[in-house]
Amino acid sequence: MNEALEQRRSQLGLLARSPQADIAGHLASLGETPAWRWLRKPETGMVMLRGRVGGTGAQFNIGEATVTRCALRLNDGTVGVGYVRGRSARHAELIALCDALLQQPALAARVASTVLAPLAEAERQRHAQRAAEVAGSKVDFFTLVRGEDK
Amino acid sequence: MSQPTMNPSSMNLSSTSPLDLSRMQPGLADPVHDAQRCFRTVLEALSHPGRLHTLPVDVEHPAGLSPAQAAILLALADYDTPVWLPLASRNGDAGRYLRFHCGCPLVDTQQGTPIDAPIGVRIDAPIDAPIDAQFVVLDGLSTLPALDTLRLGDPAYPDRSATVLVDVPALQADGPLKLRGPGIRDTQALGVAGWTPATSAWLADNHARFPLGADLILSCGDRIVGLPRTTLVEV
Repeated sequence: MNEALEQRRSQLGLLARSPQADIAGHLASLGETPAWRWLRKPETGMVMLRGRVGGTGAQFNIGEATVTRCALRLNDGTVGVGYVRGRSARHAELIALCDALLQQPALAARVASTVLAPLAEAERQRHAQRAAEVAGSKVDFFTLVRGEDK
Repeated sequence: MSQPTMNPSSMNLSSTSPLDLSRMQPGLADPVHDAQRCFRTVLEALSHPGRLHTLPVDVEHPAGLSPAQAAILLALADYDTPVWLPLASRNGDAGRYLRFHCGCPLVDTQQGTPIDAPIGVRIDAPIDAPIDAQFVVLDGLSTLPALDTLRLGDPAYPDRSATVLVDVPALQADGPLKLRGPGIRDTQALGVAGWTPATSAWLADNHARFPLGADLILSCGDRIVGLPRTTLVEV
């Protein structure tokens, strides 16, 4: 149960970080999507982001972020939710649709391979590219040993 | 809505438990404009007590809430307006519906001493009373709770009081009730199914406490009637 929850969480995270156009493109290549209707239309609001100093210290509020969320229901009753940073209602809708499809045993594997796998690969490449760009400006600090310390 | 002066420890904190969405129904089709239309209708109903108004929205209501109650709560309830529901609805579809669409706290059973208890007597049995609720949802006039178990506002802020939403089996524009008070030119006739002498006594007591008191909104299907604390009702 917890594993399933953890998996859904990481899938929703991947979808929220991926560009909207990519999700739309991969979903389109999936072919026909089942009919659905809104439970909660996309709405934009603010959430407070919290952090800890050094990851372990006392909690503090970093600041607020704009978030758009929605929930929809496929005709067979499966409910999908979408949360994304920013104001894109369409992005939240695509995430919710993927979330609902991923909960359908018949479709989950196909959605994972057609939509999620390319998105994960694209994200890995984005990270690698960014790491390569930044690597050029890396500075190794060192201290010259001075004579009087001998 | 005014800022409630509530005690967080008396609130039902079950909102941290996962919400079962499998039977969830959609909220307002056009959230902004439908909520504005509902608000306007409630305002009209409370400004003209006893006059029948029809809520201009179509809501798929869950079990435990009438269409009008669902529409009113979708328009007015949010995270700082605690709502009281009968226990069965609170733990059922109606409670889940309100938690999902309104994000409102659902007031739970709590420790309390009734205000009219003799001095020095503390009753520690939990009472299932809507003391912290800003909206109280009831089915039928016979379930009206004792006035002292409702939030009636305080003299400096009489607006910090409960609004009681009661679903009744029938509402008619002409009936045996004669209403007088602000918002009514002479008298206003009204017929309410399930009205008893106890209802009249309850409303008279409520009226006598002005400026404190609770405001009632009766509903039947998608029609509503406002009975604010200022209205005098004669049978």
